[in-house]
Amino acid sequence: MQRRLQNINYLDLVLWFIRVSIIVVVVWGSIATLRDNPYSGRNWIDFIVFGIAQGSMYALIAIGYTLVYGVLFMINFAHGEFFMAGVMTATIFVAGPLSASGYLDRQPIISLLLIMAVSMLTSVGVAILTERVAYRPLRKAPRLVPLITAIGASFFWQYTFRGLYGSEVKPFPQVEALSGKIPFLGTELLASQLVVIIATVIMLVGLYLFVMRTKTGKAIRAVAEDKDVAALMGIDVDRTISITFALGASMAGAAGVLYALVFRQVHYFMGFLPGLKAFTSAVLGGIGSIPGAAIGGLFLGIFESVGPPLFLDGLNVPAYHQLKDVIAFTMLVLILIFRPQGIIGERLAEKKA
Amino acid sequence: MKKMLFIVSVLVVASMVLAACGPAGPAECTDELGCAVYGPEDPIRIASALVITGPDAQLGLDSQHGIEIAIAMRGDVAGHSVELQAEDDGCNAEGGQAAGQKIVSDPSIVAVVGTSCSGAGVPMSKVISEAGYAMVSPSNTAPSLTDPAQAWNPGYLRTAHNDKVQGAAMAKFAYEVLGLKTAAAIHDGDPYTEGLANAFRESFESMGGKVVAFTAVSKGDTDMKPVLTAVAASEGGAPEFLFFPVFTAECAFLAKQTKEVTGLENTVTAAADGCFSAAAAEAIGEAGNGMYFSGPDLSFSGDTYVTFKEQYNTLFGSDPISVFHAHAFDATNMIFDCIEQVGVTSDDGSLSVGRAALRSCLYATSGYQGITGTLTCNEYGDCADPKISVSILETGEYKRIWP
Repeated sequence: MQRRLQNINYLDLVLWFIRVSIIVVVVWGSIATLRDNPYSGRNWIDFIVFGIAQGSMYALIAIGYTLVYGVLFMINFAHGEFFMAGVMTATIFVAGPLSASGYLDRQPIISLLLIMAVSMLTSVGVAILTERVAYRPLRKAPRLVPLITAIGASFFWQYTFRGLYGSEVKPFPQVEALSGKIPFLGTELLASQLVVIIATVIMLVGLYLFVMRTKTGKAIRAVAEDKDVAALMGIDVDRTISITFALGASMAGAAGVLYALVFRQVHYFMGFLPGLKAFTSAVLGGIGSIPGAAIGGLFLGIFESVGPPLFLDGLNVPAYHQLKDVIAFTMLVLILIFRPQGIIGERLAEKKA
Repeated sequence: MKKMLFIVSVLVVASMVLAACGPAGPAECTDELGCAVYGPEDPIRIASALVITGPDAQLGLDSQHGIEIAIAMRGDVAGHSVELQAEDDGCNAEGGQAAGQKIVSDPSIVAVVGTSCSGAGVPMSKVISEAGYAMVSPSNTAPSLTDPAQAWNPGYLRTAHNDKVQGAAMAKFAYEVLGLKTAAAIHDGDPYTEGLANAFRESFESMGGKVVAFTAVSKGDTDMKPVLTAVAASEGGAPEFLFFPVFTAECAFLAKQTKEVTGLENTVTAAADGCFSAAAAEAIGEAGNGMYFSGPDLSFSGDTYVTFKEQYNTLFGSDPISVFHAHAFDATNMIFDCIEQVGVTSDDGSLSVGRAALRSCLYATSGYQGITGTLTCNEYGDCADPKISVSILETGEYKRIWP
């Protein structure tokens, strides 16, 4: 007993103190909120649905972080810009003209597919260009070098698109077919949010099947396992890495359109914060894992939406919605303290050490 | 002893040489804060610090156009031409700090027109004040900026209204004109938005209305539906009137998403002058139909504004794009008048403007006839002749409806 007490070091104590105090605040706040119960059941369902819709976008963007990390062990901080590049281009060159001509409301499905295709292709183009020009020459460099390069690439794309499209907020047209509400469990869902959730599920399942069932997917997994051995087995590593970037970017491009459907405005700086949140989601779920990115995204989205009213309303914190990022990142800290590998992360220590 | 004599003589010679190197032309500067000195051929230099990039760029560019027109219409000031150095305040504290430091590192700048945003004005007025410069803001409206107990610094003045006036006007419009008895307000923590939301709440409550929710979002937020759902679920019931005096991007998100939140479908929405520009109307789009906006009353009488608008059209190819161009015009002319009053011209034509003298002249401005009305500054720099009007947005156009 004596010895065990001596072995407890200062850092452990601090960590335990943080864990316990966060849990106490969360539990105490939740109890206080639920006792006063300012929100109806319907409100809570709304909060959760908002969270799922927002989380779906994080999940789609997070896929790109997790795939690239899987093959290169590199955090591609320019990924948020791939998201922005696709949707801004699609908004200006496709959605705007289609809406002005009235075609968007006459043929919403064809129009949306067209917008989606342009957005995904632009994102993929930007991603492949970035990989080829900025990352590939640094493949053998120490890991800090591509990381800094990625931050540089992020600024480069932000200001390039600002130069191309201007710095104003651009409206994304309202799609009439998606402007209504759909009854669901005693509440009403926004049609746009339903589309976001369904599209995300389809794309995530498709991506998972692609990576797990196709030959290219197998190559990606092999490169993620060991680049040198994969090359010996006849896999074109450079090509596979480009495909990985393209896959991640196509998800980001799709996420961009979903974002625009829900929020209906785009801006050259719009990729920064969702990129950061998606990176957080990837870490939260376990970076390197595709289901992890999806679950991490949903978790983060729901915490952002449900967290402030649930934890803080009862504590009488004024303007508590301003603290949603604090809640989201506190949850990240909390989960990483208990599970450093993320919610369903695996073998991280073994692989990356 | 000889050595001593040698040192003394060296010192004497050195001091004579140094004196000869000093400014030869203009009269000696006796001003306690120093002087801005211009040679006979030098232009007078003023700076602007306005938001000229990003989503709120039109707010700042509009004011910058006002300054440029003031310079063009004025011609020479005290026998010198005028040169404008345009800086960006970024509409945030960091941008204001950076612009301020850049300006005060340049001794040839005599005064500043800026900032656009109150959030940038708080740190910048401190930098400007400590360096002995003077600034006149055309569009800072946060009450704290002219409150000595809060963010006021000597050398800070403004031609924009104080938001105590704007908040009261909006409250009056909602309560008396629209006849709405419950309201909610949302700000984003910026001094301007928080100050205005607070002013609105105080006035609305003092008239007998009920503010059921008073909350905030963060700059950069996109998903406003959780906060709007919480507002709709307020104890006093969903508000009939929702006021969110925030900047363009967040304002457009709030305007669009209010329509989508259960319980707020029939709530009347309103924003203020931070979201009052052609770009903001475009960003909001259809969701803005029937939305109200408060801002400075631009139905100015007088010939100057007619000439001003003609100039604006000639130089910039459009009608004014936002609402503080006239305030910037008046601010610039106030500075020019004071330069002419306190500037000392030497025989060779060089000009010296004492900074402390310029400041006291600006604060002493009284009964000045500008486009925006009759300006009289109080000791803390509130110079405006505040007139607020409310406009409604219909199919992308702002229409003035009250008073």
